[in-house]
Amino acid sequence: MYIIFLMIAVSVTVAGAFLGAFLWAVRSGQYDDDYTPAVRMLFDNEVPAKSSKKPKGESAA
Amino acid sequence: MEAALQTNVQTCYHCGDSCVDELIIADDKAFCCTGCKTVYELLEENNLCNYYNLEENPGISGKKSVSEARFAYLDDAGVEAQLIRFKDDNICKITFYTPQMHCSSCIWLLENLFKLNPGISESTVNFLRKEVSLTYFHQKTNLREVVTLLARIGYEPEITLADTDGKKTSKPNRAIIYKLGVAAFSFGNVMLLAFPDYLAVTEGLQRTFGSFFGYLSFLLAIPVFVYSARGFFTSALEGIKQRMVNIDLPIATGLLALFLVSIYQVTTGTGPGYFDSFTGLVFFMLIGKYFQQKTYDTLSFDRDYTSYFPVSVTVLKENGEEEAVAVRNLKVGDRIRIRNQELIPADAILLRGQAMIDYSFVSGESEPVEKVMGEVIYAGGRQVGESIELEVVKEVSQGYLTQLWNDSVFSKNEEQSVSTYANIAGKWFIIITLIVAAGALIYWVPRDMDMAMKAFISVLIIACPCALSLATPFVHGHTLRIFGKNKFYLKNTAVVETLAKIDTVVFDKTGTLTEPSAAELNYSGKALTAAEEQSIRSVLSHSTHPLSQRIFQSLKGETIAVQNFQEFTGKGLVGEVNGAIVRVGSASYIGVNVNAVKDTLKTSVYVSVNGVILGYYTFYNVYRQGLKDILKDLSDKKLAVLSGDNNHEEARLKELLGRKAELNFSQSPVQKLEYIQQLKNQHHQVMMVGDGLNDAGALRQSDAGIALTNSITNFSPSCDAILDATAFDKLSKFLKFSKTTMTIILATFAVSLVYNVIGLTLAVQGLFSPIVSAILMPISSLSVIVFATIAVNIAAKRAGL
Repeated sequence: MYIIFLMIAVSVTVAGAFLGAFLWAVRSGQYDDDYTPAVRMLFDNEVPAKSSKKPKGESAA
Repeated sequence: MEAALQTNVQTCYHCGDSCVDELIIADDKAFCCTGCKTVYELLEENNLCNYYNLEENPGISGKKSVSEARFAYLDDAGVEAQLIRFKDDNICKITFYTPQMHCSSCIWLLENLFKLNPGISESTVNFLRKEVSLTYFHQKTNLREVVTLLARIGYEPEITLADTDGKKTSKPNRAIIYKLGVAAFSFGNVMLLAFPDYLAVTEGLQRTFGSFFGYLSFLLAIPVFVYSARGFFTSALEGIKQRMVNIDLPIATGLLALFLVSIYQVTTGTGPGYFDSFTGLVFFMLIGKYFQQKTYDTLSFDRDYTSYFPVSVTVLKENGEEEAVAVRNLKVGDRIRIRNQELIPADAILLRGQAMIDYSFVSGESEPVEKVMGEVIYAGGRQVGESIELEVVKEVSQGYLTQLWNDSVFSKNEEQSVSTYANIAGKWFIIITLIVAAGALIYWVPRDMDMAMKAFISVLIIACPCALSLATPFVHGHTLRIFGKNKFYLKNTAVVETLAKIDTVVFDKTGTLTEPSAAELNYSGKALTAAEEQSIRSVLSHSTHPLSQRIFQSLKGETIAVQNFQEFTGKGLVGEVNGAIVRVGSASYIGVNVNAVKDTLKTSVYVSVNGVILGYYTFYNVYRQGLKDILKDLSDKKLAVLSGDNNHEEARLKELLGRKAELNFSQSPVQKLEYIQQLKNQHHQVMMVGDGLNDAGALRQSDAGIALTNSITNFSPSCDAILDATAFDKLSKFLKFSKTTMTIILATFAVSLVYNVIGLTLAVQGLFSPIVSAILMPISSLSVIVFATIAVNIAAKRAGL
């Protein structure tokens, strides 16, 4: 019956790990924007057709 | 006519506008203007045409192209330092606000900026906040190039004076999420440990492991007590310091009693404690708080003029050179140049050029005002047309508009209204609870000391007004959400309660009651022949004056060649069409004697051909759709109109608002403010609906200031709520609904009262067993939440929201 001590210890540790993961997720800003990532994941990866990335003349001065 | 409209009007591949004035075909695609075509070509060249596949016509119209030279101020190191978020030897990080962002294509393009400018290493979009965060290598590119690129593809970031006023502190508030997470963790685990208590069959288990479970629960509850529940204790303490009873006081008392009794029971081994109820309560109440705190991150309710003014302005030096100078450093006597669509940052005298000032942000008036040389132009106007030169007469901080903002009303901190339902109820609640607890104590002490303590503490615990404290945030939170769905955005939940008490509604006229973009056109005089209409239209086509444009659009037919066209600023136009001299302009210009005073109040444009006066066009205000119905619904309240305009619409307004309404014309912003103040002194609960900066004072002064706006991301003055113009016809429904929610709160209070009466009856008799309390408490909390949610949603459906 004393196995219960070990099991509870394990369960609390697992729960604590999840709490830590949650706090980390909040800290890293994952809860700040709940819309854009949902859209972003739907963008297709592009087929690298012609990788002629010319350095565009952005000098507007 | 309709047939003509249907034939061949192509829509622009880039922005989706119909190509009426111009049609450019490139790459088998139609474009409405060269601006759109240029953007397309830029994207095409860089393999970014996926932009057009994600959404149809995602672009932003490139018609309003403006000189890129105006970004010159971004080269200034000081300005750059104020704007960027982070800089090291290699990279710079900056966040821009780009209100043009509207679809997934926008997100895609903005996150692929590195393909357009290799100096940009990364860009991330926050769509709800309409922000794009960029990282760029400052050796390869610079801030100005980045901004220019954004502007070129149609997403010109809004860089205003407010951005340079120190770093933005709009970091999302994560504390409540942390607290919720901790409380949820503890609640779940304590619940698990407390489970043996609930069931009789596990009694053996309880006997063996009871104290271990108890101590573990205690351990898990500590972070909840210290961290998650801290807000309730500090708020209650603050209330005591101000000698006030707020809703958090009974909550804090209850929580404290619960926690201390639980510790006592666990340490003495007399019982399992109530840690499950304690953590559960905190968790549920935090959810309520989360609802209550939920404000609209993306909307700004507290903007002042600085978030509207530009960062820099072009100053002309004595040798004629142009220099970008920060607006704050503008001095009296500086000569400044304002280009098309630029804003005048300080009160100034017009020195050169034809000034057409659009004061729509200041006054809500959409018609640009013409100014002649030597006239003072107040800050806040936007120049339409050619570039003008001005001499600054007052520093930015001394300007007319800025002075208005510096009025004491704006610096006065809005006091939280203490007399909210919850606080009043909370006050009575704690008084009654204390009386009952004292009664139980007095009754039991002579009979049984143990029983006395048990009853006393049970009363405090069970009377914890969890239901009471849950009802208000949940009902208000759901109301906020339902309003938001209907494009009515409240600053916070407290506004709901204010709205329910409103008995006086004050409207601004121009732009609020009237549609700013539309004006009815009426021609009176001799009927025009088709040929005459054609020649008038032809002459008007040469003028960019907004009134000319309006009449031009209302006339049909082809334009024909015009000879000897001339435009006299502030007067009118003249041109020769087929040998006939056509004049269009003001009464004095055409030579009409206006004797009827009434007519001079209206905006009229006269027309003459070969010196013969044919007639005139009159412009009327167009009132918003559904205005009549709203005003009818609001007839039980006191109505008033404050207009900065003259009184030529008085008769129509009287008809609309009814006899009793107070109509005030030619009101200055300060007069508007004073009028509201006066109403408040008469103990009216005033709601002000306005749109322009000239209403800002009145909006702030009123109990509930509602800013009407055509686009919620646009500038709107500081206010309590933002109402999208398309939802204006629901205004009366919103008011009615907020009243309904008050009834729902009362009903929820009644539900919680029932629980409390039952609980207290048991508690004073000392009959309270831990099992009953453990079951009763979460059930009562949950039932209140469920009741509030369902009731609000049903009421919303019934109200048609």
